[in-house]
Amino acid sequence: MDALDLARWQFGVTTVYHFLFVPLTIGLGIFVAGLQTAWHRTGNEQYLKLTKFFGKLFLINFAMGVVTGIVQEFQFGMNWSEYSTFVGDVFGAPLAMEALLAFFMESTFLGLWIFGWDRLPKKVHLATIWAAAIGSNLSAYFILAANAWMKHPVGYEVVDGRARMTDLWAVLTNSTALAQVPHVIAGSFVVAGGFVLAVCGYWLLRTRAEMWRRAARAALLMTAIAGAVVAGTGDHSAKLMYEQQPMKLAAAEGLEHDTQGAGFSVVPGIEIPKLLSFLSTYDFEAPVQGTEDLQRRFEQQFGPGDYRPDGTVVFWSFRVMIVFGLATVGLSVLGLWLTRRRRPFPAWLSRAMLLALPLPLAAVIAGWLLSEIGRQPWTVAGELLTASSVSPGVSVAEVATSLTIFTLLYGALAVAETVLLARHVRKGVEERAPVQAAEAPREPSLMY
Amino acid sequence: MIELWFVIIAFLWTGYFVLEGFDFGVGMLAPLVSRNAAEQRAALQTIGPVWDGNEVWLITAVGAMFAAFPAWYAGLFSAFYLPVVLVLVGLIVRGVGLEWRGKVDDPLWCDLGIVVGSALPAFLWGSVFAGLLFDGPLAALVGGAFTLAVCVLHGAVFLALKTTGPVRRRARTAAMIAGGVTIPVAVAALSSLGTVPALVSMAALAAATALIWRRREGWAFAATAGAIVLATLAVFMELRVRPLPGLTLAEAASAPYTLSMLTWIGLIALPFVLAYQGWTYWVFRKRVRVPAAS
Repeated sequence: MDALDLARWQFGVTTVYHFLFVPLTIGLGIFVAGLQTAWHRTGNEQYLKLTKFFGKLFLINFAMGVVTGIVQEFQFGMNWSEYSTFVGDVFGAPLAMEALLAFFMESTFLGLWIFGWDRLPKKVHLATIWAAAIGSNLSAYFILAANAWMKHPVGYEVVDGRARMTDLWAVLTNSTALAQVPHVIAGSFVVAGGFVLAVCGYWLLRTRAEMWRRAARAALLMTAIAGAVVAGTGDHSAKLMYEQQPMKLAAAEGLEHDTQGAGFSVVPGIEIPKLLSFLSTYDFEAPVQGTEDLQRRFEQQFGPGDYRPDGTVVFWSFRVMIVFGLATVGLSVLGLWLTRRRRPFPAWLSRAMLLALPLPLAAVIAGWLLSEIGRQPWTVAGELLTASSVSPGVSVAEVATSLTIFTLLYGALAVAETVLLARHVRKGVEERAPVQAAEAPREPSLMY
Repeated sequence: MIELWFVIIAFLWTGYFVLEGFDFGVGMLAPLVSRNAAEQRAALQTIGPVWDGNEVWLITAVGAMFAAFPAWYAGLFSAFYLPVVLVLVGLIVRGVGLEWRGKVDDPLWCDLGIVVGSALPAFLWGSVFAGLLFDGPLAALVGGAFTLAVCVLHGAVFLALKTTGPVRRRARTAAMIAGGVTIPVAVAALSSLGTVPALVSMAALAAATALIWRRREGWAFAATAGAIVLATLAVFMELRVRPLPGLTLAEAASAPYTLSMLTWIGLIALPFVLAYQGWTYWVFRKRVRVPAAS
């Protein structure tokens, strides 16, 4: 292993880990804001209890999302200084905009929400959670715009060995970004919906309280709608991938040679004729490029080298994403149907809902592996190789040290977070206003 | 345009040090100024609603460096690799500690995270910037000791300003001790810069110590904040000439198009950010009442 491999491992570990918390922050923030809005509209105390209950789970998770996100902001400079110098002119802009336009909003208004229960007028307090939740979603947009540029660079020219932005609007409205943003955000809502479903499933197996039914129905609806968006935007992404990232598409399908009317391989050996061509273009006879032929063309264009991503990882992560994602969405549609018009939740459904936590989480992680490992060997498609992106002055020992530290720390925090979440889920909603008057007067439950 | 963006980045770092400076100080002092769980909770509550927003100043400063001076951003963080890793470790354990402390049965681990996670970055930022300006481990050590001491002083003054009763009294004592330690360290760290802001910064730290002794907590806080502003200014005056060894600002900068786009975005967004962050401080302007021990 050299510094490049370790730096890639570190980026993979820290980023995948970060993204375990991000979708929950994105989706659960809106869900909690929705619950609080329902409480305002109806005055029903159940919604207030649910707001505080899911609000607490949201905050436990939010903390992890924030602190693991800070690492990302530094990591480009630390391990990928050649990359940073090459792309900063273009790639840095959406990152700076994220901090200024989204992250400030998210953090500041969340602080107001946590501590403002008794200090702000009710309506203003409701507005703070919406502002924080919208901030999270905006933040996702800017990050995805930056990420999309790596796969499909637009609005720039290369001058003196550095990318120079020529059109910010083009970067922000990159077709790849516009396809990716709704896909990732809707995927996050599926994860968050699945999380709520799992929690509600746990409680529906133990109590008949109306409150859990309400929360579960809301989450089923959110998951089903978001699932439809994920599927639709995923289809759109496949078409863009056909045009913009043919190598990734070919690797995801294990297609080695250019094929007219290419079939979709479900698993190696089982193939549905012509489906891949159709999924890529809406045309059953369209030609799809294969990895080996693309490799030959890339060598002619960029010189000798291996331009194929890791086929096994890309192929299987594609399938995990689709199967696990569809399973979650299928479960939510089925659940909506079974519990229509005040029908009770069958016990087996509540049990199945527990699976709605791990399944979509695995699906989104697989989606990222497909997206980013499928981009290899490039950091910026057609412009900069991953091997040329790494920091030249950072030693193997340094990267090994940081990789070890982050992995151990993240592992310990994962255990702590899981224990903490599980404990608060088991504790359930607080039946009345928490009695803490003796210790800290006028402070609600969401505080230190 | 390059000069303007350098000033903006200096402004963002200054805002970060002033705001997170007292967060770090409060984080380190909370166990020291309290005698029971309720007091400790009250001490941490002074920064509870604001620390996360304060930390975004760092994210924005770093993001702005990446966008406006990519080569500076890349060179700085790859050159100071291990200190930056430790800063990140500190910020991680501190953030998690602050957010989780109220949700666990025994906050011991969270408290440890808050103290260590506040002290590590408070020390390391000083040593990183000193390492940028001067050679040798001694300079880095002195720089680190300086920022650590200033953060403790700044945080102690903030605690005295924002609490009541025994916590306020102990915070004041802590501030006077911290002031006594900070002044000689500041002389060692800042006299090598020797510029006017550096000298005035030392004077402001001395004034802060005198003011807290006279129980002028608001003025003392203004003085420690002013000292941090001036010290940061002094550092960035040096960095303007040489942001990194062998690198000038012009070489590090993004193209004029990018900088002008960023300027428009900054001009539009920054007033809003300042307004709603200011509003947060207004909402939580009252002292945190420290409950009497039962």
